[in-house]
Amino acid sequence: MIRKLRRASKRLRVTLWTLIVSPLIWTGHFLFCYLFAAIWCAKTGGAMLDPVRWAIGAATVVALILILVDAYIAWVQMRLPGDEPPHQESTRIDRLRFIAVATLMLAGLSFIAVVYTALPALFFASCR
Amino acid sequence: MSGPDQDDPQVREAQANRLRAVWAAPTGWFGRWTDVNNNAVGNWYALTAGFFMLFAGVLAVIMRTQLAVPENDLVGAETYNQLFTLHGSMMMFLFAVPMFEAVSIILLPQLLGARDLPFPRLSAFGFWSFVLGGTFVAGSILFNAAPQGGWFMYPPLTTETHLSGIGADIWMLGLSFIEVSSIAAAVELIVGVLKCRPPGMRLNLMPLYSWYILVVAVMILFAFPPLIAGDLLFEMERLLDWPFFDPARGGDPLLWQHLFWIFGHPEVYIIFLPSIALFAMLIPTFAQRHLLGYPFIVLAAVGTGFLSFGLWVHHMFATGLPKISLAFFSAASEAVVIPTGIQIFAFIATLWAGKVQKSTPLLWATGSLVVFVIGGLTGVMVAIAPFDWQAHDTYFVVAHLHYVLIGGTLMPLFAGLYYYWPLITGKKLSDRLGRIAFWFVFVGANLTFFPMHFSGLMGMPRRVFTYPEELGLGGLNLASTIGAYIIAIGVGIVVLDIARSPWRKRAARNPWNAGTLEWLAYPEDENWGIRSIPLIESRYPIWDQKDFVRKVDEGRYFLPDAEEGRRETIITSVLDARPRLVIRLGTPSVKPMLAAFALGGVFILTTFHFYWAALVSGLLAFAAILWWVWTGTAEIPEKECKSIGHGIDLPLYGSGPVAPGWWAMFITMLGDGTAFGGLVFGYFFFWTVHADFPPPGIEGPGVAWPMAALAATLAAWLLTIAAREVHRRGHVALARAALVAGVLANLAACGAGFAGPWLSGLDPQQHVYPAIVWVLTGWTVAHGAVGVVMQLYALARSLAGKATPKHDADVRNITLYHHFLAVTAAATYPVLGLFPEVL
Repeated sequence: MIRKLRRASKRLRVTLWTLIVSPLIWTGHFLFCYLFAAIWCAKTGGAMLDPVRWAIGAATVVALILILVDAYIAWVQMRLPGDEPPHQESTRIDRLRFIAVATLMLAGLSFIAVVYTALPALFFASCR
Repeated sequence: MSGPDQDDPQVREAQANRLRAVWAAPTGWFGRWTDVNNNAVGNWYALTAGFFMLFAGVLAVIMRTQLAVPENDLVGAETYNQLFTLHGSMMMFLFAVPMFEAVSIILLPQLLGARDLPFPRLSAFGFWSFVLGGTFVAGSILFNAAPQGGWFMYPPLTTETHLSGIGADIWMLGLSFIEVSSIAAAVELIVGVLKCRPPGMRLNLMPLYSWYILVVAVMILFAFPPLIAGDLLFEMERLLDWPFFDPARGGDPLLWQHLFWIFGHPEVYIIFLPSIALFAMLIPTFAQRHLLGYPFIVLAAVGTGFLSFGLWVHHMFATGLPKISLAFFSAASEAVVIPTGIQIFAFIATLWAGKVQKSTPLLWATGSLVVFVIGGLTGVMVAIAPFDWQAHDTYFVVAHLHYVLIGGTLMPLFAGLYYYWPLITGKKLSDRLGRIAFWFVFVGANLTFFPMHFSGLMGMPRRVFTYPEELGLGGLNLASTIGAYIIAIGVGIVVLDIARSPWRKRAARNPWNAGTLEWLAYPEDENWGIRSIPLIESRYPIWDQKDFVRKVDEGRYFLPDAEEGRRETIITSVLDARPRLVIRLGTPSVKPMLAAFALGGVFILTTFHFYWAALVSGLLAFAAILWWVWTGTAEIPEKECKSIGHGIDLPLYGSGPVAPGWWAMFITMLGDGTAFGGLVFGYFFFWTVHADFPPPGIEGPGVAWPMAALAATLAAWLLTIAAREVHRRGHVALARAALVAGVLANLAACGAGFAGPWLSGLDPQQHVYPAIVWVLTGWTVAHGAVGVVMQLYALARSLAGKATPKHDADVRNITLYHHFLAVTAAATYPVLGLFPEVL
């Protein structure tokens, strides 16, 4: 499967939108956690938070896997043949590898941010 | 290769003369104010924002004087309330954000080797809106009518009309108007960065300043609209008594806090990032090397842009939200430290690795990093909810936010001022005065704000006009006041330095020996922006590309002439900056100013409840905008293509995603959709705070009418798409018929949308449920009405011969609008009609 992904990664069209895939995953994860917990607490009184914690746990696993896939694609693209970094020539390949490096780093930041967001679910047993 | 012979000095001179004539600024005592060129508008913008900064600074000095000693009576409580409200509001809305827009309007075309930004008249419109709205808000204090609810205007204090006078309306309507101009600037800057780069400047070669501008402009697009939505609800409550924030009738003041801070926290980064972006330009210059970690800076800018939207509740830690909610925002607040830190390390590393040349701009830059880092560290502290509960609403927070804003915005702007002054005026500011001013501001800022950490921890609350002697805060406050005067002296020295500038001798071109494109500007101030649009092969072309400056000056690159006597610039592709199009830019015109003043009239007259006059003003604004758009956009060129040199021919007309106008529509509608999202958020927010929503005893608009409205809107959308498609294939008559049918469908949608709440007798003053239903309906119906205007406009353009199957920008742009309209209706009507049925 990894090999298939690797082959696909090399062909994938890169745009300015692909740069922000991981931050968008963080956004989705963050909004899900916040809104689900807020609605749960408002509508149930919030004595028991377990369903929210499990949902956040599941959402976190999904988000982290997606971010890892994004990071892997970026990593493959970053290593497409060409000269060494810094990718600062006005060539198509340098532009592509620059976006790949930035995507990879944004994936790293998003990974950390998703883990941060998930941490409260480990510690809070009720809304209060 | 054919084309003009650039080796012939006479050819070059003739080209330069044509360019000079085309780009000449208008003259005359009134005519000069109709200028739209970026360096004129940008300079006016910066001067106005600078003036507002001084004005708001004077307010701060008055406040500090009042607080110098316990139980002082220089100003009373009410005046003091006006002072702190206006100080905060002006520094944020009338100085920091507009100053970023001004600096970007000045610098961006230069940085991108463009003749001007794609919509110069839109910049002028934004500027005139800003002048009018800013003067209105700032001037209110002279009539003792300034807002007094704090810069965040929390209800219910501010929505109770007997507790807060007209100042609250002045704040809401005056600043809403300015938010419109900010969104206009965001549209201009995003399209500028994405589409107006010089050939060869691929994304990986973009100056870092433009990366920051891109991120910040996108942030404005998502941050300001929720506040506009909040303003709308707020004024509905104040003017029409619709109870959005009134708990007695089901409202909730907390909704305002959410909408305000969804704007308010990204706002902090909206003003911080462009200021620190100036560092990304000046630090490589004074280190005389490429910036280290270019992708790291991009990561930092984009990452901060995203994370900053997950922080807003950290201003609401003390409001009693569920603890787990607070924890999410606390986590995001700690995460944003990472990208912020990365860029600071990149700057330090660049200085470390380079050969540092000491200079006044660099002194300001490094000093501001120190101040900012102190503010950042206290930020990490207040991001922890339990600590924040102790520090909330005390002077500790005042200290924190001023360290962040002075270190993150004010001082970097002074660094930028000293760095870019030669670019703008052709003259350097005094290095000596600049250094003296720096030490005054640096020492003053620390003396003012460091003691506030202690006065805050000792329990001094914010926004008090005096304090009793027994608290023992006298010494700390006196120190703060002395510090404030020292800052004022420092700023005064900068002003003096600027005032002496006209009498100084001209500086050399590119006096700092910088490597980026903006330094191609002539000290003699040519209006054409750049002599010829270069081919870019490096991030620092002046350093790295051989004979670069000479080739640009001799017109050896692209578009070195203005044969047809038109203002032109090149549009390139987003990723790789391949030349796609030559566009004709707007020339000086009174229309943007007229539109701004008429639109401003709507807001100002509404403040004083002159509704009929406001309506007339609104119609005038509508007419002015139509006149402007009709005469100034999507013009069919006299020929299909034009040569830009080096054997490249580019079309003169574009429609769809290749054209900047399409992007402007797309970006504007993203912002518009975000404001709508804010209103939908409001609906569901009220749903969460009520056990039953709709509340017992109040019937909703039913299912039938909303569904009919949805169906009609979707029909109007499909008909518009059909019009575009058949028009493209040459069936003009059929396209016109589809547009007429689309108009009818849209009108039917508006009628059905309105009928739902109207026929079910929903009274918006009775309870928040009918009020929010009416607001959502009103928003969607108003957008349907705008859709009608657009369809009629496209029809009229076709009938007037201004649109043909090959020149179809109008119908493509209005189709794009209808995509957004369809999404709006597909959200509104099911929420209003179906949601109450399923729950």
